[in-house]
Amino acid sequence: MSDSVRKAVGVETIGMTMRFGGFTALDAVSVKVPAGSFHALLGENGAGKSTLVKCMMGFYHPTSGDMLVDGREVAIASPRDASALGLGMVYQHFTLVPSLTGAENLVISREKVPGIIDWRKERSDLAVFMERMPFKLPLDVKVAELAAGEKQKLEIIKQLYLGRSFLVLDEPTSVLTPGEAQEVLGLVRDMTKAGDLTVLMISHKFHEVTAFADDVSVLRKGKLTGTGRVADLDHKAMAAMMIGDQPIAALDSRAAPKPDAEIVLKVRSLKAPDRTGLKSIRIEDLGVRSGEIVGIAGISGNGQKEFLEVLAGQRPREAGEVLVRGATYAATRAEARALNVRLIPEEPLKNACAPKMTVAENISFRTFDMDGNGRPVSWINASAIRAFSARLVEQFKVKTASLSSPIASLSGGNVQRAVLARELTGGVDLLIVSNPCFGLDFSAVAEIRARIMKARNAGAAVLLMSEDLDELLELSDRIFVMSDGALVYETPIAQASVQTIGEHMAGHH
Amino acid sequence: MDATEIGLWGVPLAILGGAIRVSTPFIFVSLGEAITERSGRINLGLEGTLVFGAMTAYAVAVMTNSPWLGLLAAAFAGLFFGLFHGWICKFRGVNDIAIGIALMLFGSGLAFFFGKPFIKPKAPNLPAIPFGGWSDIPQVQAALDVNVLFLIGAVLSVILWWAFRNTRAGLIVRVVGDSSDAARAMGLNPDTVRLLATGVGGALAGIGGAYLSLYYPGSWTERISSGQGLMAVALVIFARWNPLGCFAAALLFGGAGALGPALQSVGVTQGYYLFYAAPYILTLIIMIVTSSPTRTLAGAPGELSITK
Repeated sequence: MSDSVRKAVGVETIGMTMRFGGFTALDAVSVKVPAGSFHALLGENGAGKSTLVKCMMGFYHPTSGDMLVDGREVAIASPRDASALGLGMVYQHFTLVPSLTGAENLVISREKVPGIIDWRKERSDLAVFMERMPFKLPLDVKVAELAAGEKQKLEIIKQLYLGRSFLVLDEPTSVLTPGEAQEVLGLVRDMTKAGDLTVLMISHKFHEVTAFADDVSVLRKGKLTGTGRVADLDHKAMAAMMIGDQPIAALDSRAAPKPDAEIVLKVRSLKAPDRTGLKSIRIEDLGVRSGEIVGIAGISGNGQKEFLEVLAGQRPREAGEVLVRGATYAATRAEARALNVRLIPEEPLKNACAPKMTVAENISFRTFDMDGNGRPVSWINASAIRAFSARLVEQFKVKTASLSSPIASLSGGNVQRAVLARELTGGVDLLIVSNPCFGLDFSAVAEIRARIMKARNAGAAVLLMSEDLDELLELSDRIFVMSDGALVYETPIAQASVQTIGEHMAGHH
Repeated sequence: MDATEIGLWGVPLAILGGAIRVSTPFIFVSLGEAITERSGRINLGLEGTLVFGAMTAYAVAVMTNSPWLGLLAAAFAGLFFGLFHGWICKFRGVNDIAIGIALMLFGSGLAFFFGKPFIKPKAPNLPAIPFGGWSDIPQVQAALDVNVLFLIGAVLSVILWWAFRNTRAGLIVRVVGDSSDAARAMGLNPDTVRLLATGVGGALAGIGGAYLSLYYPGSWTERISSGQGLMAVALVIFARWNPLGCFAAALLFGGAGALGPALQSVGVTQGYYLFYAAPYILTLIIMIVTSSPTRTLAGAPGELSITK
């Protein structure tokens, strides 16, 4: 850490190529990141962004290509070599240890840790180090108790503490509120301007790239499709480099909402324990009308997951009621069927599928035990299941090798398409959705949002929980903010402001 | 003098003495299990390790006439069992609990097989320190006859508690137990750390076994452990993976185990068998009280298969 004052380094890749067997993940990519610059790396999932940075960081050994650090050719055989050169990476998923304090996390990540740690000395060293840092953080608190923004800052501080002066930030704002994102990137930006740090940021948010980056490079299918000064490019030009000429599903225009439409979902004075058992979530009053999308914004861990689990019948409630069309709803299979309630939970492979069962079986989970007239059957008809699934796979464009492949072998976008096919087929009066587009690529996202909008226009009441504010702003008719287990703010979409929503998400009201 | 002379005071005294005597194997097994579980793995095989340790210690003590060599041999046998568990568990798709159960049966079976010739002979016992010399009452003297292993266990629990916060090794074990990803990002190999943690845990369980056969009850029989290795696992959860908590919980379990004999010693002739079941009932109650369908266990290492 004594080297943490060293100046930023510049990094350049020349003709970086990476093949996995016959598949070319990275095809002769040359990117130049001068010292003290803030460079953005844009691209869809699977475009090769993480392959590129993993090659730079020594996690992968590129098939061919060279790396220059400060203009000199270097060989990076392992992450250790990379860190010796001052290259560090902040991962999308936090790599801090939740049950350790900030100080413990910093000290144990050092290359050389003494056998017995003299905490008095370490604390005073850390205090001196933190004085030079732009972020202020409590270091004696367990990381698990820090907010997402604070964790992200601690990740960056850890890299600086370890003496890194070139940082790769992998989608650093995906778990932050808009306010936190502004703050963190702003401070990082200041450090690059001062010449203390060089940053390569992986992102797919155009507005961040425009606001903070100097230069941008765009990858598509492993190839560099464009590079240039951010100032010279607009969002449209960047999007064109990113997705090429593939068609994007257009969102249905929003049918005018009817203010007097029937209230399909009604939640009153609901109370349920959260996953720690120490706090509880409280939903005082929430109504979702037919033909509208009600969005729930919030930073993860503020009770959205528990709320969804209560609605899905996975978590007992302590008090209050959930009504669907005026009838008490306890999420039994019979009730869901009678009231046409459908559910798309987050991480569908984990929460809405039996991963090792086939695509056909997964698609027919709602209907496999009924005959064509909705009467229960005692003998399962395998050919009817296959025919039903084949029709849905076709209709929802699920890409699968065969109907009898295990659903876990599908890509994330196709698992979500299969789940949508199951949930949106037949009558849908109430649709409960959580983070439907997390980790999916551009075209899958557009298509899935279009399907949800279509269901809304067809008269379904939609409750949409999402950590992606852009998604909520695009789809919702009304937005609620959930913070600390309660709905703390409501706004119709016409008056919604990112600023105000962000402040409520952060609990500043 | 007989027990009636100090009357019912004999019960708490016998419980205290019993707690110290009975708790020692619990202390060692639970400290070992705490180290293993803090690294993110559960070793249910400690029951087998305990029994095998008891047999090894007894056999070596008989052959060499030195209880300390017996103790050392038991620790090595435990280390071997632990390393074996840790080594198997590094392979993909292997479940640590299933391997633990297999090793539990394997350890006990192996101990019975090799232990047959040692049921008869008498081995030298581990020494005890008479802290009760100031009193004339034999019950007090008996209760305060404290074995050195109990004292070592007490010191060890304090050292471990300190080490989990203040040493590199302690922090590394916690890192690996809480997040494999974080550990790998730091350049640590979780499998190696867990292998060593399981090995050390096994060695401590072996020492616990040596105490059983070389001090209390003090001879080798096939029913020597009666599930103490398994109860220690429950105890670690109850103690929230805290070594000091393990020590306290072990005393509690020991006291519960001494309830039956204590009642018997003051002349209760009926129903005391029920109190022999106290530790098992305590285990059940702890498991029920500390479990909940709606929340995760506070303080549990994040990589533990039962809390994931």
